[in-house]
Amino acid sequence: MILHLAVLLAFQLIGETISRGLGLSLPGPVIGMVLLLGLFMAVPKAAAAIQPTAQGLLSHLSLLFVPAGVGIVGHLNWLGADGLPILLALAVSTALAIAIGALVFVGLSRVMAARE
Amino acid sequence: MNRLPQVWTYLAQEPLLWLTVTLFAYAIGDALFNAAGRRPWVNPVLIAMVLLAGLLWVTRVPYETYFEGAKFVHFMLGPATVALAAPLYGNLDKVKKSALPMLAALVAGSITAMVSAVAIAYALGVRGEVLLSIVPKSVTAPVALGISESIGGSMTLTAVLVILTGIMGAVMATPLLNLLRITDWRARGFAVGVASHGIGTARAFQVNETAGAFAGIGMGMNAVLTAILAPILVRWFL
Repeated sequence: MILHLAVLLAFQLIGETISRGLGLSLPGPVIGMVLLLGLFMAVPKAAAAIQPTAQGLLSHLSLLFVPAGVGIVGHLNWLGADGLPILLALAVSTALAIAIGALVFVGLSRVMAARE
Repeated sequence: MNRLPQVWTYLAQEPLLWLTVTLFAYAIGDALFNAAGRRPWVNPVLIAMVLLAGLLWVTRVPYETYFEGAKFVHFMLGPATVALAAPLYGNLDKVKKSALPMLAALVAGSITAMVSAVAIAYALGVRGEVLLSIVPKSVTAPVALGISESIGGSMTLTAVLVILTGIMGAVMATPLLNLLRITDWRARGFAVGVASHGIGTARAFQVNETAGAFAGIGMGMNAVLTAILAPILVRWFL
């Protein structure tokens, strides 16, 4: 468990080093994720070992957003006079993006399945 | 009894209290979520946020003091993002098979999120820095802040909009996708990850592991695509 957590942190560390070293806009943890996936593909045993720790962390992923979320409550006045239009824009665009993204995905997989 | 203020002064300054309170607030949110039959509109993040913000307001403790304790939880976001490699690896066969639908859904979802948000806000009279801050709202926070800064938005405002978008996506995804009768977990998860980043991904993991894995990919891919597209869109239209 401790070793697995250390591995996750090590990949984040490598990711941060690459991200900052090369001045990439991609955050370090995302690069770390891609590199860890590479390790799993090369050494499937590593995936089986780290799986339970990863699952434990991800099953409480929601909790990890709470501290940042609390910070925004104090900043809600930043929305100011534009508050209502902004909330409306966010709600409608998020619904549209989810709907269109999912429909395109399903539509294209159906076309591909029909061709096979 | 007169030592109580001293005790409070100590506790309010130390990380212990706020770390403990954060975990309990989330536990309450999670308990309510489960008691409500895991319905999407009873969002544990939102409940914990409101409880904690209310507590800080009542006790007049500044957010910075609170964050000294809560930062231990916040820190785990990094390793948790790295850990997304595990469900991704577990779903690798499905991912490889759906590369083309994923790419198409990514482009469609990403552009829809940016353009429709800016268009609606513009139509309702939002202009300038505030309008620019809306552009990267569907992207995971660290990348969104960088994009906002580079296109001339306000990073503080973008941080607020990113969290709001995440919660909205997490709350509306299940009823919306049921309404559209989309039953493919890959499509459901991926679209949610593209439109509402990590908070949407966390919600996807609550529902289905495959949906969670695809949401994680959607989040990562949209971070890259928006970083490329946002400056171009801003140059063309704004």
